[in-house]
Order: sequence, then C-alpha cells, then structure tokens
Amino acid sequence: MTIEDLSTASPAPIRVSDLVDVDSGVISRDIFVNEQIHKLELEYLFPRAWLFVGHASQVPNPGDFFSSRMGSDPVLMTRDTKGEVYVLLNSCRHRGMRVCRYDEGNTMQFTCPYHAWSYSMDGSLVDVPGDLHGVPHMKSAYHGRLEKEKWGLVRCPRVYNYKGLIFASWDENAPDFLDYVGNFHFWLDNLADAFDGREGETEVFRGVLKWRIRSNWKFVAENFLGDTYHGASTHASVEAVGIGPGGRGKRRHGERQNQGGFSKGRMKTSFRLGHGASDNLDYELPYPEFAEPKLTEYFEHAWDIRAERLRAEGRALGGRGPATLFPNMSFAAGFPRSILVSHPISSTETEVWRWFLVDKDAPDFVRDWLREYYMRYGGPAGMTEQDDMENWDYATQASLGVVARRYPYNYQQGLGEERLSALDGAVHSDHAIAGEVNARAFYRRWAEFVDNMSWPELMNVAAVDDRVSKIMERASEVEA
Amino acid sequence: MTVTMQNSQPTGLQRVELLSEISEFLYYEADLLDERRYEEWLDLLADDYRYSVPLRMNVMYNDVAEREETKYGSEVCWFDEPKSTVELRVQQLLTGVHWAEEPVSRVSHVVTNLRIVEVSGDEVEVSARFLVYRNRVADETDFFVGRRRDWARRTEQGWKVFRRILHLDQSVLMAKNLSVFL
Repeated sequence: MTIEDLSTASPAPIRVSDLVDVDSGVISRDIFVNEQIHKLELEYLFPRAWLFVGHASQVPNPGDFFSSRMGSDPVLMTRDTKGEVYVLLNSCRHRGMRVCRYDEGNTMQFTCPYHAWSYSMDGSLVDVPGDLHGVPHMKSAYHGRLEKEKWGLVRCPRVYNYKGLIFASWDENAPDFLDYVGNFHFWLDNLADAFDGREGETEVFRGVLKWRIRSNWKFVAENFLGDTYHGASTHASVEAVGIGPGGRGKRRHGERQNQGGFSKGRMKTSFRLGHGASDNLDYELPYPEFAEPKLTEYFEHAWDIRAERLRAEGRALGGRGPATLFPNMSFAAGFPRSILVSHPISSTETEVWRWFLVDKDAPDFVRDWLREYYMRYGGPAGMTEQDDMENWDYATQASLGVVARRYPYNYQQGLGEERLSALDGAVHSDHAIAGEVNARAFYRRWAEFVDNMSWPELMNVAAVDDRVSKIMERASEVEA
Repeated sequence: MTVTMQNSQPTGLQRVELLSEISEFLYYEADLLDERRYEEWLDLLADDYRYSVPLRMNVMYNDVAEREETKYGSEVCWFDEPKSTVELRVQQLLTGVHWAEEPVSRVSHVVTNLRIVEVSGDEVEVSARFLVYRNRVADETDFFVGRRRDWARRTEQGWKVFRRILHLDQSVLMAKNLSVFL
C-alpha cells in the first residue's frame, strides 16, 4: 500500500440526510447513538443555530452573571453597566481554563485561576464586556507588546433578547432571530407574556434544575415538540393519581373540557424551520379550574383580560404547547409554564436544564401555588417527568446494540395526511393524538444543518413549505 | 423508659437515652422505606410534615452563606412540599405503572452521624448524614449523599417527623431522577 492509498483510506464522510427518510417516515437509529454523527452535530448544528441561553431576570443588575452552555461550549450570560446582556465564551484565551466556575453571581471581572489573566465582565474597566484588562508580568513577559484588545473573552456575536428570553448564535451569518423563529413566535409569546397577555411581564424563579440522563438529546427535543402519543402510557400513573390544578380525580393539567374535547387541541403544528408545537393556535384552552376557588378566580380574570387583549390585536388564543424551538429549547406556556434545554454531552448522554416562569407581579398565593405545582410536576423529582427519563434513557441504551442499529425507527404516523395551517411555513397533523409530522420536520431540518447546508440554502429550502403544495395536490386529486 | 424534657437540654444519661430512642425511630423509618412499606411509613409523618431539598449551587466564597442554596418556601428546590404531596407520590408508586420505579429499584437508606441539636418540650431536632444507594434494572446505580436535619415530635402514637430538610451534595444531579424518597 502506498502513502497515497493510506491517505484516501479514511471512510467516506457521513451524509446524515441519507439516514433521515421523512418521505417514507423511516429514520436510522444511528443518528441517536453514533458518536461520529454526534460530533457532526456539535460542529455544524449547535454553533450555527440560535440557542436559548437563559432569562434576563437571572442577571437583573450590572455585574450579574449566569453560567450556561451552548452545545459543547460553556458560556457566561452577563449584564454590563449599560444594562446590555452579553454572552461570553467561558474559556481563558491564554490556556483555555474556565475563567468562571460559579453558577451565578455578581462581579467586576473574571480572573482566570491558572495564570490570572483577568477580563472585565461588565465593560466598566475596558471598552466592551469580556475584554482583557489584566495580565500578570505584562511588561517583563510580553515586553508590553501583547495586544490585549485582541485577546478578550470570545464574545458571542449574535445575542437577542426576546421579551426576556435570551438567545444567542455563534454564527455571524445566521439570519435574524425573528426570521429563524418565523411564525412560531406565537408560542414564544405565550411563554414570555404574562397570564393576562401583557407582553414580556414574566421572570424565572431562582433555581435551575440540572440533571444528567443517559439519553440522546434529540429524544428530549422530540418529546416536547409533538409526542402526545406517549401520554396515556408513560404518564398513566399521574393520570391515575391526579396531581394537576383541579386536585384529585381531575385531569393532570386540569383543562376544562368545553372546547370540543381535549384531543382536538392537541393537533400538531409543524414548521418547516424545524420548530413544532403539540397544539395549534386555533384551540382556545381557558386556564384550568383549580381546587382552590381563589386561584380559579384569579386565573379566570387573567384569561378574560388576555382574551380581550389578543382579540383586539386580531390574534388567536391558542398555542400553549408543549413545543420545541429548533433545536433544543423545549417549553410549555401553560400549566406548568417552563423552559427545558437538552444540552448534548455525548451521543448517549444529555444534561437537562429546567427553568420555571412566573408573572412578575403575581401575588404570593399564586406564586406559591405555581412553584409547588411546578416542582411536583417537572424536573427529575417531578412526578410526571420522572417517567419520561426512564423512556429516553432505555430507548437510547436499547438502540446501541449492533443488531438493534440495523433497524430504523418508525415515524409514519399521519404520513401524507397533513392539513393546511393558516400560518405561513406550517402545517398541521391530521390526527389529534398521534401524528409525527413535527418529528419528521425536525429531523429533516436537523439533517440539513448537520450536512452543513449553507445559510442561504437553509433559508431557501425553508422559505417554501413543500408540504403545502403536496396537500394542495392531494386535495385537487380528491376533487378530480 | 422514655425521657421527657421540659424546656431544658438533656444532659448525661438522659441525652444518651434520647439519642438511642430517636436513632432507633429513624432507622426504623428508613427500613420501612427500603422495604417499600409506604403506608406504614406515612403514618410516621406528622400531618404538618414538610419535606425540603434545596438546590445547591457553585457560588463565590463571599456568597456562600446567602446564595449557596435555593431558599425553600420561595425558590425552586428538588423538593419543597407538604405531606399531601408526599402522599400523592406514594400513591403513584403503588399504581404499578410508575415506570421510573417499575421494575422497582433496590434502595438502602443509611442514616448516620446522628446528633441531637436541640430539645424543646416534646420536640427534638436531629442532625445527621444520609446516604441513599439505589440500584435498578441492571447497571443503573446512584448515590444520593448529604446532610440532613430532622425534627421529630413525641405523640401518643409514638414519634412523628414533622420537618425534614436535606442538603444533597450535588449541584448537577448525576442521577436521571429523584423517584426515591431521600
């Protein structure tokens, strides 16, 4: 064998779109367990997409910081003296040490413990937050020639504050956040707006639940984007016990059944951009009836005001989720109202973070009730979420086998049965409970990113939802 | 023989006897949990029982006192709940379709370093360490370790725990869930 032979002997690059066949609803297990594919998604998906980093209410004052993650990278969300929120790469420019190993706090500067390079976190010591301002032995070691302005903490170039939700992207060429979100923003609005519809009047409770699971991160994203199919079996125990607002013997979420049936509202809304929700905007779901009349009264009032406000704007009242903003920010805008991010650690390991939102001006009795409900519902101690993790973990582990990996997963629910949505860039599933249209769109988008399609191409293919034309074709065939 | 304190801290033999009595009670309680005798276990919790497990965080040295853990009563904790919620959790375990604990886990509660902190009438505050070992299915193993404070009350039906606060020694939970009582 010649040297030339050796150099070409490396395996052909993986094209993940070959593994994701959304037309026939078949997806290879490899994308959930293969470490090589995981590395590709770390390379081409997470550093390009818009990711949720944290909530502005976590850094209310100048000098406040919150440690977060973006894909494989640790970042710091900071607030400077001017009130701006920044996202900085948490790694020293000299030897890479994490300059901050605290989860949250307030400081003037981040000083690397390794060699004590120090970076201004709020811009008060330098021009811009993250700039390098202190270097030991600056004169003797660098002869004063170190160009400090070039060696500040790497700043995330794209940061967007959407009603308090802080998103960031490492990619200068990424489209604006609003274009990345598209019409899916209605779900984000419901998450970030107060229960009575006032814009952005929410904050997060202090305390982010963080825990490790032996699952691929995509199981988590997929679950919230549209898998209502699992509810009856996975959550049978909480359905039986009744832990929701209505109290014992009531449905988990305490939804009122006066909207033509619970299932109707669970129809999926799927966006070509990869986002998806487990409900649609047309489904009006009033706030639940509570066991305590005082709470019912409070939320009924909030609903009435919201209904009036949104109708005046010509907006629909639905869209509470659960939902997933592509790729890994999942959330629900109702009961509970919560954000979940699935941080990729390896192909078979994920760190899950959960935040809970509350209206800024919620009275104590509402705040206390919601907090206790959130804790018994979600997170690793939550009676509902505990059972999800059992599934995600063992689905991942049982897919690792050599034989198991030869057999793809089935995503054929509702294939060819999509319906038109009134929203551009979206379609609905035709089935109330079972419909994998969201997952198919998510994995198609995922493959487009991981195969490193360029941004112009990514936005071009998403500009026209080819699913809509197929629906029209089918309709005309039926008429003919 | 039981020891009754009236607003004075026990000394000498009284203290040894009380510690022995309360230790036996807490070990018995741990056994009931490990043997999954949940209904009997619930009987050992007072009606005003409250169970709190705050989140622990990595914060700067000067912030430790104020910010190292979330505040039960107002912030997000792993647990912060009344007895009625604990009862719901037991009911869930007894459904047989609570998949996080089905098949059931093998659990051992180790309670150690017991020390009486304070005695007030019929109530006693105990400091301890806990180590909860869980093994489930085949190779899933978790350790939950930390400090613990228990408040127990002597009643006509025997001792009852009415307050429990646990400080878990993890900031990121390294287990996939907390489906066991700590």
